Amino acid sequence: MDVTLTADDLAFRDEVRAFFHDEFPEDIREKQDRGIPLDREDMVRFQQLLHKKGWAGVNWPVEYGGTGWNIVQKYIFSSEMAMANAPEIVPFGLGMVGPVIYTFGNEEQKQKFLPDILASKVWWCQGYSEPGSGSDLASLKTKADLDGDEWVINGTKTWTTLGQYADWIFCLVRTSSDVARRQEGISFILVDMQSPGLTVNPIITIEGGHEVNEIHFENVRVPVGNLVGEEGKGWTYGKVLLEHERTGTAGVHRSAFRLEKLREQAATSVRGGEPLANDNNFMRKIAAVEVELKALEFTELRTLAAVSSGKAPGAESSILKFKGTEIQQAIDTLFMEAAGYYALPFVPQQFRFDYPEDEFIGEGSETKTALKYFNYRKASIYGGSNEIQRNIVAKHVLGL
Amino acid sequence: MDFSLNDIQSMLLDSVQKFIANDYDFDKRQSYSDSEQGFSSEVWTTFAELGWTAIPFDEEDGGIGGGPIDLMIVMEQFGRGMIVEPYLANIVLAGGVLRRVATTEQKSQWLEPLIGGELQAALAFVEPQGRYDIANITTTADSDGDDWVISGTKSVVFNGGNARLLIVPARTGGDPSDNDGITLFAVDTGADGINVRSYKTVDGHQAADISFDDVRIPDANRLGDVGAGFATLDAVIDDATLAVCAEAVGIMRILTEKTVEYSKNRVQFGVPIGSFQALQHRMVDMFTACEQTYSLLVWASMTASAGGDEAKRAVSAIKYQVGTVGRKVGEEAVQLHGGMGVTWELDVAHYFKRLTAIGQILGNADLHLDRLAVN
Repeated sequence: MDVTLTADDLAFRDEVRAFFHDEFPEDIREKQDRGIPLDREDMVRFQQLLHKKGWAGVNWPVEYGGTGWNIVQKYIFSSEMAMANAPEIVPFGLGMVGPVIYTFGNEEQKQKFLPDILASKVWWCQGYSEPGSGSDLASLKTKADLDGDEWVINGTKTWTTLGQYADWIFCLVRTSSDVARRQEGISFILVDMQSPGLTVNPIITIEGGHEVNEIHFENVRVPVGNLVGEEGKGWTYGKVLLEHERTGTAGVHRSAFRLEKLREQAATSVRGGEPLANDNNFMRKIAAVEVELKALEFTELRTLAAVSSGKAPGAESSILKFKGTEIQQAIDTLFMEAAGYYALPFVPQQFRFDYPEDEFIGEGSETKTALKYFNYRKASIYGGSNEIQRNIVAKHVLGL
Repeated sequence: MDFSLNDIQSMLLDSVQKFIANDYDFDKRQSYSDSEQGFSSEVWTTFAELGWTAIPFDEEDGGIGGGPIDLMIVMEQFGRGMIVEPYLANIVLAGGVLRRVATTEQKSQWLEPLIGGELQAALAFVEPQGRYDIANITTTADSDGDDWVISGTKSVVFNGGNARLLIVPARTGGDPSDNDGITLFAVDTGADGINVRSYKTVDGHQAADISFDDVRIPDANRLGDVGAGFATLDAVIDDATLAVCAEAVGIMRILTEKTVEYSKNRVQFGVPIGSFQALQHRMVDMFTACEQTYSLLVWASMTASAGGDEAKRAVSAIKYQVGTVGRKVGEEAVQLHGGMGVTWELDVAHYFKRLTAIGQILGNADLHLDRLAVN
């Protein structure tokens, strides 16, 4: 047993650290530090910077332009990226559809889609959930009927994150109802967002923001070549994707960074006449979350070590999802508690570059804490709710 | 990044697992625990023969030079086997002091027979008023010519009733709770002025309250420098804390396994109770608690050899975890076993009691969380 970094690892860490220090655009850094939301162009610019360095396809194999990094390098990269407060890589292209295409797609699809995904030239979004199919995803009703050499899609997808920016959407659709199990007959299909009959409607979430959308398909025609892998096997592809995805959703480095910030803030902010750090109750809550997070960091490392020794990420990765999001939400709660009264003002517009400084209400991001808290209640719901994750562990790990 | 065991560690794990599977079932454990001395001398001799009593000691002292990971492996299995033999008291606590500060002569006098399994020892680090503050020592040692005269009271000394050798931290200077002024002494329990009141503890182990009334010992029995015992004591207590946490992980895991198994077999309303989602999620949380606690244990064991602030934080983190989610796992195991869970007959009840006892010793969850909360 040993987690000591080798000289090579340390050199790699220094290289990554230097990259984020020297080449991370100053305006994006400032937005991140001040809690100003990034726009589409910011995110694309950041990812293209990673691409230029050869670091966009973190998990991708070298043959498709990926980094080919080992788990230690991925771990270091993720940690340095979080500590630099860099934006997270938007997962839909690089983390989701890319791996499905290079794993299950045909040569033509690989050539057509992978380079643009890697270069963040095309923005992807995800069409899984439906108004009637949340946790019970296999009940999905959006269907694709074959008509000549085209699939004709009808139905509604929902909770499509950043769909308003997207050029393409990957969907799970029903291509056959004549099946023994509901999980069969579902296919994985790629759709151009410009297709006639496709409309995007915004959904405003609890904190007032526009992140997610409802997407309607009315006789949307898609070439047969856009179906990935075998017809009717989409569920399997989607599941593989989700398991891989979950190993990354623990967000331990991001949470570690935020806890560090919270401790700093508690030590310096003097609301109430003295630093919050003097409040032992509050500091004990921070410490308790830190213990959980440290445990999760090692649980994730143990999972990754198992994966790198050839084992598939199994149902245990569900633990990473529900513990990781519980910790994220606990941190959001602590930030809100730290803000006291100043969690109340609802002035999201002041988190803009050009907002006049003398009209700013509260200190730093105080007035965003409640909004973040409300927004992040989504974390225990998305990606398979935390209850579904517990069902998965009960069934596949405990054999219940 | 490597979480696998090396060859020696795998052999060690294998030998402890085999011993427990073949020679240490629950009924035997209970009979050893119920005996007058509270453990089996025969088993203790076997531990020595198998080399387990030699693990943390240097090769030149007759040990095998093992580290925190080796100890973690053994203690986790001892948890699973619910071992009552006083490994913690002899090897981790008393042995931990001896290996750090004993002179060559002192080692041949006490450490050699300790490793050989012939000497029972204990570290009397708790005082009635001290609670979890190991520096809060009012027992005094006064210099008198070439001798020291010790007076005071020690409480809940693990293995105190069986120990021939007592290691006694006493105050030779400073005020109660000062780190400076604590000196460690080796005391033969046969010495005049010692009164030992031994008793069983709720977890099937044994301990004693011991008073010292002008107990006279030669300066040759002083362990380490005068007034400088705290650092040793502190390091040994950290070792012991890590060791009982490893034991706790073993208990948590076996309790979770037994609960899952029971829920598959216990039929109510015509179906196994494990088919109820309300119970499934609780067992998933038990399983998760085991994984998370083992993760902290791995971190703490890896960090322990390096020492420093991070090692201390790691010890507090794992002990806090064991004191909170560990206790919860014990409570859930009992709850999910229903009425059977609260019977003396079922092993689950005894695992639960040991897990609870571990939460009570060497600093409880509150104390360790307080240490972590400091900015």
